[in-house]
Order: sequence, then C-alpha cells, then structure tokens
Amino acid sequence: MNRRMQNILFVVLSLALVALAIGDLAIGTTDIAIGDVWAALTGGVTTDEYRTIVCELRLPKVIVAIAAGMALAASGLEMQTLFRNPLAGPYVLGINSGASLGVALFTLAAPMMGALSSSLFMRLGLTGMAWIGSALILVLVMFLSRRIKNINVILILGMMLGSAISSVVGILQYLGTDESLKAFVVWTMGSLSTVTVDDLRVMLPAVVVGLLLSIAAVKSLNMLLLGESYARTMGLHVARSRVVIFLSTTLLAGSVTAFCGPIGFIGLAMPHLARMTFRTADHRVLMPASMLWGAVSMLLCCVACDIVARGGVMLPINTITSLLGIPIIIIVVLRNRNRQ
Amino acid sequence: MIELRNISLKFGERTLMEGVSTTFSVGTMTALLGRNGTGKSTLLRAIASLGKVQGGEIWIDGRELSTLSSTELARRVAFVNTERIDVEALTVHDLVAVGRSPYTDWMGRLKSDDERIIERSMHIAGVESMASRMVSTLSDGECQRVMIARALAQDTPIILLDEPTAFLDLPNRYELCTLLGRLAHDEGKCIIFSTHELDIALSLADSIALVDTPTLRHLPTPI
Repeated sequence: MNRRMQNILFVVLSLALVALAIGDLAIGTTDIAIGDVWAALTGGVTTDEYRTIVCELRLPKVIVAIAAGMALAASGLEMQTLFRNPLAGPYVLGINSGASLGVALFTLAAPMMGALSSSLFMRLGLTGMAWIGSALILVLVMFLSRRIKNINVILILGMMLGSAISSVVGILQYLGTDESLKAFVVWTMGSLSTVTVDDLRVMLPAVVVGLLLSIAAVKSLNMLLLGESYARTMGLHVARSRVVIFLSTTLLAGSVTAFCGPIGFIGLAMPHLARMTFRTADHRVLMPASMLWGAVSMLLCCVACDIVARGGVMLPINTITSLLGIPIIIIVVLRNRNRQ
Repeated sequence: MIELRNISLKFGERTLMEGVSTTFSVGTMTALLGRNGTGKSTLLRAIASLGKVQGGEIWIDGRELSTLSSTELARRVAFVNTERIDVEALTVHDLVAVGRSPYTDWMGRLKSDDERIIERSMHIAGVESMASRMVSTLSDGECQRVMIARALAQDTPIILLDEPTAFLDLPNRYELCTLLGRLAHDEGKCIIFSTHELDIALSLADSIALVDTPTLRHLPTPI
C-alpha cells in the first residue's frame, strides 16, 4: 500500500474517531441531541442537566476510552514485536493478570490497613500496585523467553502464569471482606464509566508518558522485527531498548488495567487490524495506526454498551471487546496457518 | 580488513580455537569450512560482536573490536544468518530499508540518499523487482538474496554470512555464491561465509579457511 492510501486511511480513522466520540457523548440512557452536546461542550445554551451529563459523566468516559484504546493497542504491538509473536499481548502473556494481582492485593488488603478512607491513597496505591504487578510478570516472562527460545512454550507459560495468578487472586477474594470483595469484583468486570476526573489526573499522564515512550521505540521495534541478533549487528543497544519497551508497556497496560479493569483483546487484535488495513510492518506507520484503531474500537464498544444500556442492561465493556477482538484473532491464526 | 590476534574460542567448556592468528582482506571472498561443531558460526558471531572471545583480540579496520561503539561496528560489519524472516505485512523494500538503521535518526526516517542506497542494494542483489512483495511470500533463495540486499544497504566493508547456502537448491547455491564473489571483487567487500559445500568453496571462493579444531588453516584454492 502506498503512502497516499495510508494517509487516506489515517484521515478516515480520525473522522471515525471524532464521529464515535460525538456518538458516545450523545447516546445513553438519556439521549441528547448533537446540538445540545455541542452547546454543552462549548458553553452554549442548553439545560444544566445535559451539561452535567455531557461534561461530567460522558466526556471523562470518552477520554478514558480513547486513552485506554490507544494504550492497550500500543502495548500489544510492542509485545508482539519484542516477543516476535503474533499472539503476544498484555492479556495473553499474563501482564493483565499481574496488574490484577497487584490490584487484588491492594483492594483486598487496604481495608485491613484501614486505608480505604483516603481516595488519593486508593488511586495512587491502585495504580502503583498494578504497575508493579504487570512489571513483575513482564520481567518474569522476558527472563523465561531469553532462556526458552520456543515461542509456543513462552505463550503457554504466560497463560499458566495468568492461571496461577487467578488462583492466588481467588484465595485473596475468599479471605477478603464483603466490601473489598465487592469492589474487586466490580473492578474485574472492566468499566470506563467508573473512572472519575480525579482518576484521570493520575491515569492520563501515565498513559501519555507510555505512549511517548512507545513512539520513541519505533526505530528499535523496526530493527527487532528481524530478531535480536540482527538488531544488535545493526547497532541497536538491545538491553537499553528492551528497558524502554518494558517501561512503556508497563505504564500503558498497568495504568489502564488499574483504572478500567482487565480489558481483553484490544491489545492483541488492534495491531493485527492495523497491519491488515495499512499493509505494513513499519512501526513508524503501524504505531499510530494501532493507536487509532485501539481508540476507535474502544469508542465503538462504548457506543454498543450505551445502546444496550437504553434497554436497562449495563454490559461490562470486556464482553463487547471480546466479541470484537476474537474474530480478528481467529482470522490471524487461520492466515498464519495457511502461510505455513 | 579483519585481523585475528591469538584468539581463543570456547563453546561452553569445549575449546574450539586456541591461539589463532590470521587476516581476512578486503576484495576477497573467503569460505569458512569445517565439520559441524568446530566453531565456524562461533567465530563469525565473535567477529560480529554477538559472542565473546576467551582470549586474544579481533581488530576491524585498525580498531580493536571492544573499542568500537555499537553504531561504529554496525557501519563496519554486516551479518547474515540462516534464520528465515517471516513477519506479517513486511515488504522487501521495508526489510532492506531496516539495513539503513545505523545511519538514520531516532525515528528511522529515510533521506533521499538512504533511498538511493536501498534501491542500489536491491539492484545488486537482484531483488528490485520484488520490492513491494511481502517477505512471507518469498522462496528460501529469494529470502536469502533479500537478506544480502539488507546487508548491502548497511553499507559496510565487511559482510559475514553464516551458512547462506543452507536450505537452497544447487542452482540457487551457485547463484548466491557468484553474487557474493561479485560483491567482493566489484564492490571491494571483505566477505566471509561459512559453508559445508566443498565444491562451491573450491570453485568460487578466493580463499578457504579450514577450521580444524583448535586451529584455523588457510588452504590454497585451485584458482
């Protein structure tokens, strides 16, 4: 695909992003006309009720959806290239599980320390523990991948790690109080609407730094496409690049998981969608393309949740992202099988 | 030019080479022969700084290997191994372009000079007609030529190839080694390739280095 077609695709996706963001602001249990959405956003004439719904409830959710989609897709792309595995992603390799363990330890242990009353402590603690949890799993998987060269073994180990962590989380849930257990179960369902403006003040800077690091890593990622030996002989400082990519994926996947809960398949599927549509493996194109696809897909899932919510049913975002991501992954697996 | 000064190589506890000293000159194609496990790949990897020597020194163009930064080394030595690159949506042009990495900025942006070198590298390796093809659709022989084009795009005086003829049929083996010979003679490169193909080494290489553990011996060639 030539550069012109890629530029057209970027424009189309950007327009889709804006349209879906407006749709997400307008659609919900209370439908609001586009004119009122615009008025609420720009300080024009509309009702106070609409202004509150748009600016205080729906706008933060739209921002979270865009940030989470970009973050998960970028971290998925980084992991797929680093591990040279099309099925790598924060969910499959157990990175999300690591963040879940951190959050479980925090939400289930914090009440025992009498710390739930401090919201700042909760926010920072939740994020910090999610970062630590995801970083630990990432380092462990990376350590294993250096010793074990078989990619399938790494994937199986990642899944086993995820299962082992789920068991530990299960034990923590069993031991936790009713209040903390409820908070954790709600978190595991994944939700964008529970993220408050105060949460955004912690989440957004972390995601922005993670995204900047992922952009800074595009040249390294292009070199790593050919494997570590080739990358090294082309002048790449592999250890330093790996640290940058680790930091980036930990910040991105850890922060999103901390605030929105475990969201599956966006990180795994969107880089593939970007490769299929932009027909390139060049990360200078693929990275922004994956981020855009991630943001668009998350907004699409949000709009789908909003439409269902009109009937009084509140679906966890995770169910919709799975429905969207699984067909893409099936296509990728079948294509890879046909290639072999 | 590559100069080995009294080097010792080991694989685990096993000694592969002991006190080996020799030189590999520019404008020559050297075939590295030896039985399996004698250390051909280990030697090539050591010269490319992918492995360590247990003793002695390797000098590249008058500089000791460990004094070269990773970028300086990448501008002097290119490496091609037998690994097949199978990346989704990676075109031949983009793969060859990665070879320009030691010369590009932090984003890997290509300037017009880089594009010119990429085009020329693809032309020399005979893969310019495949530029827009996906790497995953290439045959083993085509893939090996593309990897050589990438090494050429790296624009180094030295190219090391670890068993480049493995997995290729006989016509492709000869074609590839003829290409390597042209690169050595027409482009003035120092080319070292490890191989088990004695007939190819004898008929096409300028020089033959036989790894006979724990020594390395230069053998006369019929030409």
